[in-house]
Amino acid sequence: MARITLEHLAHSYLPAPQSPDDYALKELNLDWEDGAAYALLGASGCGKSTLLNIISGLLTPSRGRILFDGVDMTAAPTAQRNIAQVFQFPVVYDTMTVRENLAFPLRNRGRDPAYIAERVQAVARMIGMEDQLSRKARGLTADAKQKISLGRGMVRREVNALLFDEPLTVIDPHMKWELRTQLKSLHHEFGHTMIYVTHDQTEALTFADKVVVMHDGRVVQVGTPQELFERPAHTFVGYFIGSPGMNLLPATIEGDRAYVNGIHVPLGGRYGPLAGGTRIGVRPEFARLSKDEGLPVRISRIEDVGRHKILRATCFGTEINILAAEGEAIPAEASRVVFDPANVNVYADDWLVAPAQGSAA
Amino acid sequence: MEKTVNHKAWFLVLPVLVLVAFSAVIPLMTVVNYSVQDTFGQNQFFWAGLNWFRETLASERMWDALGRQLVFSGIILAIEVPLGILVALSMPKKGVWASVCLVLMALPLLIPWNVVGTIWQIFGREDIGLLGYTLNALGVDYNYTQGFFAAWTTVIVMDVWHWTSLVALLAYAGLQSIPNAYYQAARIDQASRWAVFRYIELPKMQGVLMIAVLLRFMDSFMIYTEPFVVTGGGPGNATTFLSIDLVKMALGQFDLGPAAAFSLMYFLVILLVSYVFYTVMVNMEKREGK
Repeated sequence: MARITLEHLAHSYLPAPQSPDDYALKELNLDWEDGAAYALLGASGCGKSTLLNIISGLLTPSRGRILFDGVDMTAAPTAQRNIAQVFQFPVVYDTMTVRENLAFPLRNRGRDPAYIAERVQAVARMIGMEDQLSRKARGLTADAKQKISLGRGMVRREVNALLFDEPLTVIDPHMKWELRTQLKSLHHEFGHTMIYVTHDQTEALTFADKVVVMHDGRVVQVGTPQELFERPAHTFVGYFIGSPGMNLLPATIEGDRAYVNGIHVPLGGRYGPLAGGTRIGVRPEFARLSKDEGLPVRISRIEDVGRHKILRATCFGTEINILAAEGEAIPAEASRVVFDPANVNVYADDWLVAPAQGSAA
Repeated sequence: MEKTVNHKAWFLVLPVLVLVAFSAVIPLMTVVNYSVQDTFGQNQFFWAGLNWFRETLASERMWDALGRQLVFSGIILAIEVPLGILVALSMPKKGVWASVCLVLMALPLLIPWNVVGTIWQIFGREDIGLLGYTLNALGVDYNYTQGFFAAWTTVIVMDVWHWTSLVALLAYAGLQSIPNAYYQAARIDQASRWAVFRYIELPKMQGVLMIAVLLRFMDSFMIYTEPFVVTGGGPGNATTFLSIDLVKMALGQFDLGPAAAFSLMYFLVILLVSYVFYTVMVNMEKREGK
């Protein structure tokens, strides 16, 4: 196992990239700690898979370096990196039995048969397929095939990291949950570094210790699920994570106050002068309806989603969401919204601004 | 539910019946008719029963032709299938050159069969043919009208030139349908080039290769035009395959009865082989779908 460091890494699929727009992956510096479970979260086409393929060595980056425990691996072929990767589409060798599939990576590396047999047995136990070792891999269900791909990765004891490229896409919903739980417990038990690419925030937040959020070829935030929820570093993180996402309202910032269309909104800290387009971001969880204070809103719809209600409303032409508890009554005269000052974040040109004084947290 | 009964609807089936009758049933029945009768001309026919069948089955000439036919089909399959796979594997996967290769590969398939025969007939001539002249100039005794070996080689090389493309194109289509993740997984598993071929490419090509083998078997089993143009079945009977022999018998000697019995049995052999192939293929798909 190893600590993986990305230094000034950037990648373009074009032969001679000019502007930053030509890069599928814009320059980034990132450390993946040994033994941690990461989720790489972002919309389709944001560069997640590119980043993953660079780490596993399937792609060579246009610029920058990849270090495993401080050793430069940028030019090393996939096989040398000792990386395991599970793909979106389950890859099994159809004509082989489950046992032969699991033994394949070790056989290719010329390991001794007794060792192979022992490892295959151990891995079959981990993925819970001991009783199916002798059957042909062809005709297995998608989740079983995905377990075999995972097993083929874990069969190498010295594997540096396990990479998952949206591994649950073709799995039935009820099996998704089971596989994810199994992955999580495998991580606890064996402590492999795991990097899990997904566009599904539930998957990312439940799987990972740390979530790396990508947007438009850039890493916009690395943090624990809680950090992503409370202090999204970029407006994209704000509305991509959360259900519904963060409310964003154009505002001017003056000290510890924000003004939305001239109406005053208290903030949790004092801010210096800000350049660019400023907006305030508040999660629906920290907004509540009021009769006489706050910003005027018009409620257009109330959705009852079980544990709580989502109020869809407009505030000066911007759509916002407010969360109300399940039993909470919505008074007819409630036409204003109030935000919890400590949880109002300020964004300048889409990036989070820290208050100059007075911690917001 | 109440069903409307209208027997006039049968008229809608009529066009198909007429078409199939004229294209298949009537010609086939004519052959069946000939195969059980004898004639001495003047359109006079006599009942012959199964005599022609017995005679054909006992004739050495038919068995020799069948033997040559099987050897020919066996050889060209043994060459064209591996060669076609090899060509498909070495073709570029995408880009301009992939299209160029595809067009070049398709060219031999577009040439009419008798033209293919004529090309090779001239190409192989020792007086004016590039191939024949060069070989003889190099001291190789090559003359497809006289040498048994030269005749067979010419016919086989011609067929390989003409039809390997078909196998290659089918195999190429099979290769293109393999998701990239398989190759990536193989790299991560450190699989050798041979292992990638053996465990990924070959199993994924299995279906199209079955079709390629079936098509090439049927076509080569019925081959007529090309060897007829090049060697005319000679030297002697060296390249007289089933259909060449059949045409000699039916049109050359005008032995309608034996020729009809011969063609029926010829037809049955092809039908049988195709049926076996089809069954194997369907079973394979069933196994795959399980």
